[in-house]
Amino acid sequence: MSDLVTGRTGDWEVVIGLEVHAQVSSNAKLFSGASASFGSAPNENVSLVDAAMPGMLPVINRECVYQAIRTGLGLKAQINLTSVFDRKNYFYADLPQGYQISQFKDPIVGEGSLRIVMADGSTRDIGIERLHLEQDAGKSMHDQHPTKSYIDLNRTGVALMEIVSRPDMRSAAEAAAYVRKLRSILRYLGTCDGNMEEGSLRADVNVSVRRPNGPLGTRTETKNLNSLRFIQAAIDYEVARQIEIIEDGGAIDQETRLFDTGTGTTRTMRSKEDAHDYRYFPDPDLLPMIVTQDEVDALASALPELPDDIRDRLMGEYGLSAYDASVITEERDTARYYEAASDGRDRKLVANWMTVELFGALNKSGKSLENCPISPEKLGELVGLISDGTISGRIAKDVFADMFETGKGAAAIVDEKGLKQVSDSGAIETLIDQVLAANQDKVEDYRGGKDKLFGFFVGQVMKESGGQANPSMVNQILRSKLDGA
Amino acid sequence: MSDLLGLNAVAAREALDKKAISAVELTTAYLGAAEATAGLNNYVALTADHALAMAAESDKRIAAGAAGLLEGLPIGVKDLFCTKGISSTACSNILKGFVPPYESTVTANLWAAGGVMLGKLNCDEFAMGSGNENSAFGPAVNPWQGKDKVDLVPGGSSGGSASAVAARSALLATGTDTGGSIRQPAAFCGVVGLKPTYGRCSRWGIVAFASSLDQAGPFTRTVADNALIMTAMASHDAKDSTSTQTPLQDLIGAVGDGVKGMKIGVPKEYGMDGMDSEVVTLWEQGQAWLRDAGAELIDVSLPHTKYALPAYYIIAPAEASSNLARYDGVRYGMRVDAETLDGMYEATRAAGFGEEVQRRIMIGTYVLSAGYYDAYYLKAQKVRRLIKGDFDEAFQTVDALLTPATPSAAFPVGRKIDDPVTNFLNDVFTVPANLAGLPGIAVPGGVTSDGLPLGLQVLGRPFDEASLYRVAGVLEQAAGFKMTPARMAGGAA
Repeated sequence: MSDLVTGRTGDWEVVIGLEVHAQVSSNAKLFSGASASFGSAPNENVSLVDAAMPGMLPVINRECVYQAIRTGLGLKAQINLTSVFDRKNYFYADLPQGYQISQFKDPIVGEGSLRIVMADGSTRDIGIERLHLEQDAGKSMHDQHPTKSYIDLNRTGVALMEIVSRPDMRSAAEAAAYVRKLRSILRYLGTCDGNMEEGSLRADVNVSVRRPNGPLGTRTETKNLNSLRFIQAAIDYEVARQIEIIEDGGAIDQETRLFDTGTGTTRTMRSKEDAHDYRYFPDPDLLPMIVTQDEVDALASALPELPDDIRDRLMGEYGLSAYDASVITEERDTARYYEAASDGRDRKLVANWMTVELFGALNKSGKSLENCPISPEKLGELVGLISDGTISGRIAKDVFADMFETGKGAAAIVDEKGLKQVSDSGAIETLIDQVLAANQDKVEDYRGGKDKLFGFFVGQVMKESGGQANPSMVNQILRSKLDGA
Repeated sequence: MSDLLGLNAVAAREALDKKAISAVELTTAYLGAAEATAGLNNYVALTADHALAMAAESDKRIAAGAAGLLEGLPIGVKDLFCTKGISSTACSNILKGFVPPYESTVTANLWAAGGVMLGKLNCDEFAMGSGNENSAFGPAVNPWQGKDKVDLVPGGSSGGSASAVAARSALLATGTDTGGSIRQPAAFCGVVGLKPTYGRCSRWGIVAFASSLDQAGPFTRTVADNALIMTAMASHDAKDSTSTQTPLQDLIGAVGDGVKGMKIGVPKEYGMDGMDSEVVTLWEQGQAWLRDAGAELIDVSLPHTKYALPAYYIIAPAEASSNLARYDGVRYGMRVDAETLDGMYEATRAAGFGEEVQRRIMIGTYVLSAGYYDAYYLKAQKVRRLIKGDFDEAFQTVDALLTPATPSAAFPVGRKIDDPVTNFLNDVFTVPANLAGLPGIAVPGGVTSDGLPLGLQVLGRPFDEASLYRVAGVLEQAAGFKMTPARMAGGAA
């Protein structure tokens, strides 16, 4: 598979690295006791520390540190037992301290990796450079007053994990797969809710282009993308823009760009020359952060099974396709649903019913697995009825639709509507005889060599049975009557 | 009791407990003293009603037999401490009118021990200075005068605190010491000043100057008074990540323990060229006093001492430049409006910060900026580790160090204000202890031929304030320092 982009002057390779800001799931902020919840009235969740009152001091929220370590473990990354909080200094109205407390030289988490799965089932390992903890800034509101700006400090000091990838991605699709997978891991771990609409997960996208195997090109960074669609659109736009500039004989400026969600284009935010000098230095209000190997081990042993492990198990033990296994394991709830539904059933058949029928119905009705009318046990029951020959796959679709509508059990619906499959060979034989008698001419044609007509006879018999005849028995008896006579 | 102001803190506690005096009487006397010496400009806010109400509560607790360690003792508070409901400005225009809705941990500890708050004391703006001349409220003045009767600085940055204790307009006072801001003014004003070990007192609620160096401590008339208030000030505070959990020693008991068998180091690098000969004489006298009291005096070397001042004047401004970024006109304090956000920052900070503060913000911003960080800040931090190493090495063989507190006695107001570098030299003996996080105490040792006080400094191991009080107690007794300043409340002048 080639991800090369063809320009006027030849092929280009796209190089993408992502910096994802993931809000840590925690009750309180990173360095103050204030609530970190979303949706409160402006400035409701602001402590004296958040407002940077004189003499106030930060105190680390240990739970946020543990969340970062859990995430690091989920990314199979190096956990640094000693890390340092630094100050990143800049002035802005919604940054009360005049600096953000972040980690610059010594982050809590070092190198790791993350496996992405593409639509064709192929996988790629994307390198993780680091993960560090930092404070979020507040929010400036410029549309509340004709001449004034308003400041909401609710987000100020909320803990973020900045997760930096290696420039290992080669297409917008890979970048999207990376974010989707990262979000999946964060949600499995419970370290970030992954809610992109609420801003819990945002990505800065670094993009450059180069000739295949050539030296790296100059990159641009597009900031603050909060949906998978925007991430892909921003990359596509940047790739096209950069190739056009270079092919026209120009050069790419190393700069920070903003994505316009309305037009799907990017524009310059600030150039390299205007880049801030953040004057990083270790925050003297905080001691170096020490965690013990025992703490890390305890967190590791309490970690839930992660999507890659479950996926391997579903493919290895249950024989699921790479695609089905990936779809089922993307969300923890889906995987749990699947495990419950397929327990004691035909694992592959349940996977098929989940990914096709169930997801289709949920999609269509706008429902989620959380409020799905069919419990995993009931879906398992339906598949069980197919497996033991009680109903055919076709009838099962009707039963499924009924279940989705009413929430009733599969067996109950089959009983109630008399949908039980006919597996009585005498009854099926009678039906077949009737069909053959009514279509003597076609029987002649079939026996004369038009063996494709076999399907026609099957269809007629099934129709006469109201779909309830056991299809494999119909096949078997019909064949013996047509061929064996 | 006629001479209320003549009682030191320990004596006042006894008199209060015996009901020979009341806390209201004592507080009234100190409020009167503060008014009588208002010309010294050492108070920036006198909170008389608040003080009398607190004193009345103290009298009730004394009557109920529930007196705290500092019950009924009038205390002045450096304006760097945030005090709930009372203007707290760090003597800066940028915080003019700022009234915090919270109380610093250190002052809260004092009030919990029964202390009575008299008011807020003058200091250098954001504690940046060595003469208390950089205050938005104008300079505080030293109650001591030389033969020519010229106004002298009380030292800085805690100049108001030292001046008030020396002038007897506060029985006790709090200060903060980032590079000598307690010990140097204590020496200039002839009082006792302790900078505890970094982490001993909580920094929570104290306006930050340089976070890795700042430490609160007390000013008192005697060493015993100092141990008394220090016992109440110190605490572990979960709100300050750099606050220690090391238990506090018995400081009050240590004062009279003497120095018999102690090994006292005399660092040769503290004998600097051009140092006042009277300072050298006092230093030698101090060594003799300790030797006479049974201590063993040992020459030691602190080879990196000469790099302390340059390192300090990189690290302290670097931290300050970041700590003071929050004074931006957005949420509290002064705001000067402008067309743009950046314009508002510039106008507010230009109008709100004084010259010395602006100078240090600029130095700090410079030394942290890309391309200079390694050459300045990082190198200064390396020097800091070497200085700490010097002390660690010395404390392998000695229990404490004896040095002069300052290279000279107090200088006239206005004399050196145009020469910041000369001003910086005042901190030459005090800065190393801040860089190393060590405790240090300044004790009055004698007077110059001009009649101005000179102090001796004792430095100790981390969290060994008890040894400082032992040594300081012996020095105090040997010096028999009984002189009082010219402009003292209830005094002759």
